[in-house]
Amino acid sequence: MTHLGYLLGGWGVAAVLLTVYAVSVVRRGRALSVSVPEDQRRWLTSQNPTDG
Amino acid sequence: MTNPTSSVATTGSPGSRALGLATLLGLVGLLVLAFVLTEPDVRIHPSTGQEIGQFDAVRLLYLHVPMAVITYVAYSLAAFASAGYLIKRTPWWDVTAHAAAEVGTVFCFLVLVTGSIWGRPVWNTWWEWGDVRLMTTLILFLMFVGYLALRRTAADPRVQARRAAVVALVAIVDLPLVNRSVEWWENRTLHQKSTLGELKIEDLTLFTLMIGFLVFLMVFAWLLLHRFRVGWLTLAAGEHQVAAAIKERRAEADGSEVASAVGETS
Repeated sequence: MTHLGYLLGGWGVAAVLLTVYAVSVVRRGRALSVSVPEDQRRWLTSQNPTDG
Repeated sequence: MTNPTSSVATTGSPGSRALGLATLLGLVGLLVLAFVLTEPDVRIHPSTGQEIGQFDAVRLLYLHVPMAVITYVAYSLAAFASAGYLIKRTPWWDVTAHAAAEVGTVFCFLVLVTGSIWGRPVWNTWWEWGDVRLMTTLILFLMFVGYLALRRTAADPRVQARRAAVVALVAIVDLPLVNRSVEWWENRTLHQKSTLGELKIEDLTLFTLMIGFLVFLMVFAWLLLHRFRVGWLTLAAGEHQVAAAIKERRAEADGSEVASAVGETS
């Protein structure tokens, strides 16, 4: 395959950045959820921490 | 102050999990199509007989072009929601605009980076300052970076939302310039005219590109959904903090009134 470095660079940077961003958004949501009462958690799924 | 919750919540829901799973499967399918099933771009020069074309670098087409289109979608949604906020003045529009702008800026950054990487083997340059499409895209990106910076200022939330909405509506004026730049300034860009509009690609290449549009639209929808919920949680957390502070102050005031009343009688 020609231009392999460019292909890996292009697809790789997209995969890494989108994954990092997705994880950061989910983590921000989890961190914020603890400061909101359960009855105000519209759209969210609650989990008991002991359930894993 | 007591912790108001007894459990951890996530921004996921059954619907968003189904979308996430479908997106992951779609990404796997796109990778198979882009790297295994489609052929490299190799043509024979009519007079010299030499092999010409983009060769395997053409596989960046299935990444770069869909992400550019999703950037248009995201920024258009941010501008539409900003206009909605200026008319309706409700948080839903503001949270939607903020979420679309943030996700759109991630995509726009990737468009610039993957375009630069694709340009090196195809145009023999990482960046061309005189290229109108590159510059209008960079300006669009920087304006939305400014929008996101404005969202972090310590102004009153309603003032901040109003200012941000105006910035989004100004920034979106650049979007038609980005899109039409290859037509209006065709001698000042390395980009070719719209390949899709003139149907210069066909068969499996076209099919893979369409799958790329669909898959990256799903990625965008998943990110937007979760980012919107984060924005909504931020609002709810702020309101809860204010309500808790008011309750605490009232309790303190009631307590001091009781104490002073008790002091007077004893």
